[in-house]
Amino acid sequence: MKRTGSEILINGLIEEGTDTIFGIPGGSVIAIFDTLFDYSAKIKFYLMRHEQAAAHAADGYSRSTGRVGVCMATSGPGATNLVTGIATAYMDSIPMVAITGQVATKMIGNDAFQEVNTTGITYAVTKHNYLVKDVRDLPRVIKEAFYLAKTGRPGPVLIDIPSDISKAQTEFKKLPEKVNIRGYNPTYEGNIKQIQQAAKMIMEAKKPVIYAGGGVILSGADKELKSLVEKTGIPVTMTLLGLGGFPSLHPLSLEMLGMHGTKYANIAVSDSDLVISIGARFDDRVTGKLDEFAPHAKIIHIDIDPSSIGKSVDVDMPIVGDVKLVLKELLKYVSKCDIKEWVAYVKDIKKKYPLSYTKSEKVIKPQYVLEQLYDLTKGEAIICTEVGQHQMWAAQYYKYARTRQLLSSGGLGTMGYGFPAAIGAAVANPQATVVDIAGDGSIQMNIQELATVSNYQIPVKVVIMNNMYLGMVRQWQQLFFKKRYSFTCLGRHKDCSPICHGPGSHCPDMVPDFEQLAKAYNVKGYTIKNPKDVRGVLKEALAIKGPVIMDFRVDQEENVFPMVPAGQPINKMLEHSVT
Amino acid sequence: MEYTISTLVENHAGVLARLAQLFSARGFNIVSLTVAETDDPTMSRMTIVVEGDEKVMEQVKKQLNKSIDVVKVYDLTGKNPLVRELCILKVKATPTHRSEIIEIVDIYHASIIDVSHQDVTIEATGETSKVLGIIKLLKPYGIKEIVRTGKVALARSLNI
Ligand SMILES: Cc1cc2nc3c(=O)[nH]c(=O)nc-3n(C[C@H](O)[C@H](O)[C@H](O)COP(=O)(O)OP(=O)(O)OC[C@H]3O[C@@H](n4cnc5c(N)ncnc54)[C@H](O)[C@@H]3O)c2cc1C
Ligand SMILES: Cc1ncc(C[n+]2csc(CCOP(=O)(O)OP(=O)(O)O)c2C)c(N)n1
Repeated sequence: MKRTGSEILINGLIEEGTDTIFGIPGGSVIAIFDTLFDYSAKIKFYLMRHEQAAAHAADGYSRSTGRVGVCMATSGPGATNLVTGIATAYMDSIPMVAITGQVATKMIGNDAFQEVNTTGITYAVTKHNYLVKDVRDLPRVIKEAFYLAKTGRPGPVLIDIPSDISKAQTEFKKLPEKVNIRGYNPTYEGNIKQIQQAAKMIMEAKKPVIYAGGGVILSGADKELKSLVEKTGIPVTMTLLGLGGFPSLHPLSLEMLGMHGTKYANIAVSDSDLVISIGARFDDRVTGKLDEFAPHAKIIHIDIDPSSIGKSVDVDMPIVGDVKLVLKELLKYVSKCDIKEWVAYVKDIKKKYPLSYTKSEKVIKPQYVLEQLYDLTKGEAIICTEVGQHQMWAAQYYKYARTRQLLSSGGLGTMGYGFPAAIGAAVANPQATVVDIAGDGSIQMNIQELATVSNYQIPVKVVIMNNMYLGMVRQWQQLFFKKRYSFTCLGRHKDCSPICHGPGSHCPDMVPDFEQLAKAYNVKGYTIKNPKDVRGVLKEALAIKGPVIMDFRVDQEENVFPMVPAGQPINKMLEHSVT
Repeated sequence: MEYTISTLVENHAGVLARLAQLFSARGFNIVSLTVAETDDPTMSRMTIVVEGDEKVMEQVKKQLNKSIDVVKVYDLTGKNPLVRELCILKVKATPTHRSEIIEIVDIYHASIIDVSHQDVTIEATGETSKVLGIIKLLKPYGIKEIVRTGKVALARSLNI
């Protein structure tokens, strides 16, 4: 039967398991949207208020489920608005398919209305992209796009469809059964000799530590990781993106390492004689000063992407393959390690240097809000974050027990990610409690999505840690730039003194008033200024069925500690404010 | 050091742009790049000469391999590959110097492909050192214009 490009696209998406799309329509995709109108029983479309948010929502859908998230936008500004969201997914290896409209094929290159070179712009931030110039290619392209997005090292794939292609007709029944991409052959099974060698290194090590990253979660290898730890008795630290890959509260967990990691994780890595990196990519936020990262250690690196291995640190035993399969094999060759002293030492520093903050009855401490949230949600909520101090506190003070529980933009560090990602997570997990931990700066980068949560009654709970600052940047200014708070105060008013070194009674009121703003969107809002009210409000808000915004007015100059100053080795951590 | 890589890539629109962006994004310094269709019209062969150290080179190869459009990557560096480069030069040729120039062309097994009252145009093919040699010798006469293809290379067949 002859079908239009739009019909092929929508049926193809359904065949690939898509049940949800986030996006905004426009001229070049109008035919696709016309087709969508007839498929509402099979595909739920969420009309967002900004394409960036649509991409983040698809990303949140994906991170919280492991399925491929799908977003859709029109040509030109619709496509360029998607770019930040696609780049965010790309940096964190998140499977996503982005569909953009394009001007008609005969107009391409003419500077036509709403034309941009979308494939050109997105080369650098997609795993692969396609411009479809013949409707007969569409079934193959859809099949390949999903395959590429979710296999190997996952990532976003973009399909650019000119408006005449979505209207053109061709014979179509089903997508092709198989893909055949001769330039693409990810390695899944690790080299057996290397795995055996690695096992030998593990059994010989006196001070081994496992450094687990996002690859554990992407591979679905949390069970295998747990078996490895329980079999060998080796302590585990995780990256921001690896949190949840191993239970944070397990006795052998050292929680997060790196710039804002725990002191014990960083000391353990620095003192270790073997680092077993599992699906992590030695990001500079993790390694600190590169030459002094784990200076006494040999390094085993398990990663599916050969280009991740040896990129920043030299590796003694590389294993290219899928974490789950490699660990399954590795488990055959390891047993209990003889590392009693080391484990005792690690447990000792864990006791000696716990995460801590100065408690207060006068002013709300953001860490306290997170502790209360953890308690009230019994540690079961899906936590999304924006980017900044609040993100780091969410990594430190909420404890993650399972994979896909923390959704955070690590590689790109995109402010404005959390709220729309929470929308994606909430629609994909209708039973779950989904919370966005936000800063007052970041939340304003996609605040328009209040309309989306309000209209669809998506029960996202937004916790704003409102310090009236771009806090993470302010912290750096305080610690490294003599407290010169250059353009980081979000309360700054035209009447403020040009030189201001901190908050006080002279400060104007916060703009916007988030509680009032929520009201304008018909969303329940709270303003919380007293530590005594924190638990009560959280409890009340969590019991509400719909969306809620909580504006916690927190200690304005609270800092994230521990902290490794940029360019320092990770065992040289700042632990207290130096004001 | 200079590295020579030969790759087979999909022959469709956008591939060159994608690979060029891959190089620029990582700050790889390209000395030369040639590309043309192979006997299989769905594939092109691309010869890339890159300047850098071993670490840069590892990344170049890995990134090329990672690109979906790249079908195969051969590192020819240090393997004594068959390398050729083509150069066309337009050289000032006054009647007094014309015969000297023709002599140089003969020595280098190059050929004259165009002549006018003021100049001759010469085609030289060979290993890069040969091309550089003829350029050096012709320079004193005044090179008006020059174009070089950059290297094309193939691995040698194994001798029995
Ligand atoms: C303000 C801020 C502060 C930060 N501070 C810290 C910090 O203190 N500590 C910290 O850890 N991070 C921090 N980050 C995050 C940091 O920037 C990186 O995003 C993060 O460390 C990367 O995590 P990862 O190494 O697990 O890599 P990911 O980006 O998750 O990469 C996963 C790796 O696994 C591989 N992989 C994927 N799938 C598989 C598979 N199936 N099998 C095998 N391998 C696979 C990939 O090829 C890749 O190499 C911070 C970010 C921000 C914005
Ligand atoms: C889109 C974007 N712009 C700028 C930055 C740089 N940046 C990193 S953290 C930060 C401050 C975030 O402030 P806020 O959301 O209020 O969170 P806080 O640090 O106060 O918790 C900024 C500006 C960024 N990460 N993303």
